[in-house]
Amino acid sequence: MIWRIEIKHKEGVFDSLGEGIQKSIIDLGMTGISKVDVTHVYTLEGKLTAEDVQVICRDLLVDPITQEYYFAPLKPFRPESSKKVHTIEIAHNPGVMDPVEESTIKGIKDLGVDRIQSVRTAKKYLLHGKLTKKDLETITNKILANKLIQHVVDNEKPEKSLPVSNAAASFQLVHVDLMDADDQKLMALSADGQLFLNLDEMRAIQSYFQKRGRNPTDCELETIAQTWSEHCYHKTFRGNIRYSYSDNGTIKTKMVRNLLKSTIVKATEEIGKDWCVSVFHDNAGVIEFDKDWDVCFKVETHNHPSALEPFGGANTGIGGVIRDILGTGLGAKPICSTDIFCFAPPDTDFQKLPPGTLHPKRIMKGVVSGVRDYGNKMGIPTVNGAIIFDERFVGNPLVYCGTIGIMPKNKVRKNPKKGDRIVVVGGKTGRDGIHGATFSSGELTAESEVVSSGAVQIGDPVQEKKVLDVLMQARDRDLYTAITDCGAGGLSSAVGEMGQKWGAQVNLEKVPLKYEGLKYDEIWISESQERMVLAVHPKKSQALLDLFAEENVEATVIGEFTGNKRLELYFDGHQVCDLGMEFLHEGNPKITKKAHWASPKFKNPRIPLQVDLNDKLLEVLSHYNVCSKEWVIRQYDHEVQGASIIKPLVGARCDGPSDASVIAPRLGSKKGLAVSNGINIRFGMIDPFWMAASCIDEAVRQIIAVGGNINRIAILDNFCWGNPDKPDRLGGLVRAAQGCYKTAVGYRTPFISGKDSLYNEYKQADRSIAVPGTILISAIGIVDDVTKSVTMDFKKGGNLIYCVGKTYDELGGSIYFDTYGLVGNTVPRVNTKQGMKIFKALSSAVKKGMVQSMHDCSEGGLGVALAEMAFSGGFGVTARLDKVSYQGAAHRDDAVLFSESNSRFIVEVKPKDKRTFEQLLKGIPFGHIGQVEDSPEFIVYGLKQQVCVNAHIKDLKEAWQKTLRW
Amino acid sequence: MSGKVKVIVLRTAGTNCDAETAFAFGSCGAQVDCVHINKLFHGRVRLMDYHILAIPGGFTYGDDIESGRILANELRIRLGTYLCRFISDQRLIIGICNGFQVLVKAGILPGNLKEKDGGFSQTATLINNDSGKFEDRWCYLKVSGKSVWTQGLDDIVYYPVAHAEGKFVPRDEEVLHRLNADGQVAFRYCDEQGKTTGYPGNPNGSIENIAGITDPTGNVLGLMPHPERHFLFIQHPYWTRLARSGQYGQGAKIFENGIDYIKRKFL
Repeated sequence: MIWRIEIKHKEGVFDSLGEGIQKSIIDLGMTGISKVDVTHVYTLEGKLTAEDVQVICRDLLVDPITQEYYFAPLKPFRPESSKKVHTIEIAHNPGVMDPVEESTIKGIKDLGVDRIQSVRTAKKYLLHGKLTKKDLETITNKILANKLIQHVVDNEKPEKSLPVSNAAASFQLVHVDLMDADDQKLMALSADGQLFLNLDEMRAIQSYFQKRGRNPTDCELETIAQTWSEHCYHKTFRGNIRYSYSDNGTIKTKMVRNLLKSTIVKATEEIGKDWCVSVFHDNAGVIEFDKDWDVCFKVETHNHPSALEPFGGANTGIGGVIRDILGTGLGAKPICSTDIFCFAPPDTDFQKLPPGTLHPKRIMKGVVSGVRDYGNKMGIPTVNGAIIFDERFVGNPLVYCGTIGIMPKNKVRKNPKKGDRIVVVGGKTGRDGIHGATFSSGELTAESEVVSSGAVQIGDPVQEKKVLDVLMQARDRDLYTAITDCGAGGLSSAVGEMGQKWGAQVNLEKVPLKYEGLKYDEIWISESQERMVLAVHPKKSQALLDLFAEENVEATVIGEFTGNKRLELYFDGHQVCDLGMEFLHEGNPKITKKAHWASPKFKNPRIPLQVDLNDKLLEVLSHYNVCSKEWVIRQYDHEVQGASIIKPLVGARCDGPSDASVIAPRLGSKKGLAVSNGINIRFGMIDPFWMAASCIDEAVRQIIAVGGNINRIAILDNFCWGNPDKPDRLGGLVRAAQGCYKTAVGYRTPFISGKDSLYNEYKQADRSIAVPGTILISAIGIVDDVTKSVTMDFKKGGNLIYCVGKTYDELGGSIYFDTYGLVGNTVPRVNTKQGMKIFKALSSAVKKGMVQSMHDCSEGGLGVALAEMAFSGGFGVTARLDKVSYQGAAHRDDAVLFSESNSRFIVEVKPKDKRTFEQLLKGIPFGHIGQVEDSPEFIVYGLKQQVCVNAHIKDLKEAWQKTLRW
Repeated sequence: MSGKVKVIVLRTAGTNCDAETAFAFGSCGAQVDCVHINKLFHGRVRLMDYHILAIPGGFTYGDDIESGRILANELRIRLGTYLCRFISDQRLIIGICNGFQVLVKAGILPGNLKEKDGGFSQTATLINNDSGKFEDRWCYLKVSGKSVWTQGLDDIVYYPVAHAEGKFVPRDEEVLHRLNADGQVAFRYCDEQGKTTGYPGNPNGSIENIAGITDPTGNVLGLMPHPERHFLFIQHPYWTRLARSGQYGQGAKIFENGIDYIKRKFL
């Protein structure tokens, strides 16, 4: 029997969900809707009586204070619709994760009703007002549903039975006819199987199997393709690159062998910090925290999934990076997250969107919700981030998710032993994320297969939280010897990686499934979320299984590490895979790619001299890349775990933009860490080398700005680039990696982990929009005493304002130029020698308690930094540009005010500390540029002593806040 | 049961403020155990071995269906008898954020034990914020009532909220009247001076700005704001602007109060 339950708000109860949707409809330019009502629909199947359903409604599903309900056996009906009211009902597609369904079944059983079989949820929207059919369709597609995961419910033809699964298929082993294939056929096999293997790789596989005198199974081929994929193996970074570049007009060529090792890793080796505990080989880089604890940091990308289904993409992105932390060493406890996004501008005209792309505002809202949902529910504070806008992200937004974890010092090394059992814990396995899975575009029928795709998964944060809770207990009781996460490639990648040393045997039929009917290879490569793989000594496996069972978390022995260095898979006793580990991990042919770099020449900007820069400052403050991101930040719980010391929003009214965030993760201890990010795509348009250098400088100086120490900062690289098979794209990548090397060595800040996501292009008929080559540098700094931390808001009228560091004519790639639609050529450079001196001097000033506030100059330059400090503290400013330490030919106010030169800080110091502070800055360029004022006027005098900015701090703040005040 | 004050911090799937809540009680000298609810169900841990029950913040069972509902049912159906005894013994209960939602939805708050003889029935609720979204922000709160938990707090305290479903709605005028008449309102959102305020000072649209309530005895406290997140001075969002006044923040007193009461009453 199937029952349909509808739940709605009682008359007079405010429906914020409905109001939010109405607001989004108005955003689309439709004004005809006066009200939106949302009804929650549950469909229950099982041998339930009307009394059962009554109890379920009353005691579980319905809030007795604010809601009312209606239920009846499910039968076809025509939804109420008239000229004035339009009804539309949206449900998840079968197979798409809906955590509410599982919780509801649990809740029903708690009530003592155990005859419940399945639950489906839907939302019914009543739109009051006049709409054309086309408008309704637009609202459905643009606001209410994403057809990749949801569909419009047709209540006139309801499903006879709730779709659960297709029947179990009988076992049939599939071989792929590879032995005698010619090149053309090899490539066809690669394409048909969506293996993304090139000809050399296909040939290597062919020759491996020819030697064995048999064809591979589909499962073997899939396993190799996954292991050798760009995503898992990083072929571009580890391969050879023939790199050519023009040097004073002549083209030079050099061979780069293993870009990763010759830049990023090399820097870390040369720097040789003894507090680097584990770098590059584990899921995350590990550094020393204090005498008992280490911390680890990883930043991942989840770009493609977020383009298609922003909520699910970001949701599973953060879920994935959290599992990276759970799988580092013997498992770390996640203590904070940082998330960085790149979108097209949210006011992009709908007409200008390439076909098949979602509107950037929708992508942004979805991505933020996805991070909010997963991070908040897992109780991991999202303490820091950045959002960058550029129209080239229109088809391909970038979503970076980073997480930091903490673990006891003796839990940093994995050591799986021969004979250890392979145990999978956490979520069950379904068809989620199996590449090549076909998902129908909204036209689902009752017979629809349970399908979805890697692109459209939704996470279940509470499942992952449950895993975390038990895992930490199991770790502390030494119940396992190694752990890794199931991410891309699923079990294939997790077991393959863990078993590299010993070899592994897995019985695939043992893997717990969400529904019957999965083929052996589907089980093996499924990317279902919230799973981890453990290596467990046979004597400890029962204790481990019991511990997980105690908190209702699935844990199952699926195989063991054998010692024969082979990967052997069985399904119900049939062997479906038998590969040598050595071939799997080392057998791929090295590739050589071509790269070319030529400096682009942008128009040399000619901007008329302006005496009054008031309006320009307001315009720069309102720029998407500068403005307040409070709308986003407040939706994240940035204080859960109780460790946040310097929050993302600071100042007298808790709305100023903090530099780095500081947390003290061992409650009660003063030891802490600071986390920050540097990202600037506009510099990369001119030269990726200086983009990379500037990003490192920015990430580092933000940590210095809150009181960090340059000797204890580690960094992460994260490259998001276009197609590396195109020499111009790859040329930029090589340049950026070189910039990373030089600057990291200069600042003695080791890389401890990194990631690359290539092929970020959106193909559209004959043209391809590549994302601007983007590097994100994330930094983590250890802070000895968090109670000495500094924030960026001005503290007191009469205090002195210093600008430390030198300002050059470096407006290339600046926000100021962007307000004129220009890029320019004079990209900011980094002088690490001078930067190092500045960082050290300021750290020692902080230590001596002299720094009242400090803020780094980044996008928008000195002008923006000063304004932010003023309105965040609620004080005015008098400042003089002629006092700024400036070196350049332009001698223009706009250059000094808006240049984005690196290694610069604005520092507030008490008058009594003037002498000692200036002594500390000996040998460093600085200017005492003005003072903090009690009155709210923000006044800047230009190089020729004339007033060039005269604004009220309220107006500056309003300009900065209004852009993203949604 | 002699010697130390014993606190049970209850956790289950989706609980996530257990560690800092335990830290707060522990720092005030209590012996604190974070216990998974299954241990109570299976009788391996006994609720009656503790003096204080804390239900911390989080998203129990994902807040699926609605916030706190599933845990509320578990408490009501599977642990109801023990909870009634716990309360009638005049032991203490505190529910913070999700814990408050749970207590309200289980009918333990505002509570009317006399009327229904031990049974719990829901007479108020916490629903979606008027803003329609989760928000983390600091709020000023006016302290009132006569609960042991709030004795000696400053008139106005500053705690953060972090929730999506914190709008307090009583069933009807009668419930609201009783809350006011019996002094069961413990915290109201207000501005810096203690005056009534709208959004964002009242971050969720709660009726009469109610942020926290107690049962008629004052022994059971539930509140949306997080006192455990202002346990230390340096958790204050702009402590770098303030003259330092000791190690603790304005939230610490609540935990101290609970422990002092138990010491006086039970030890």
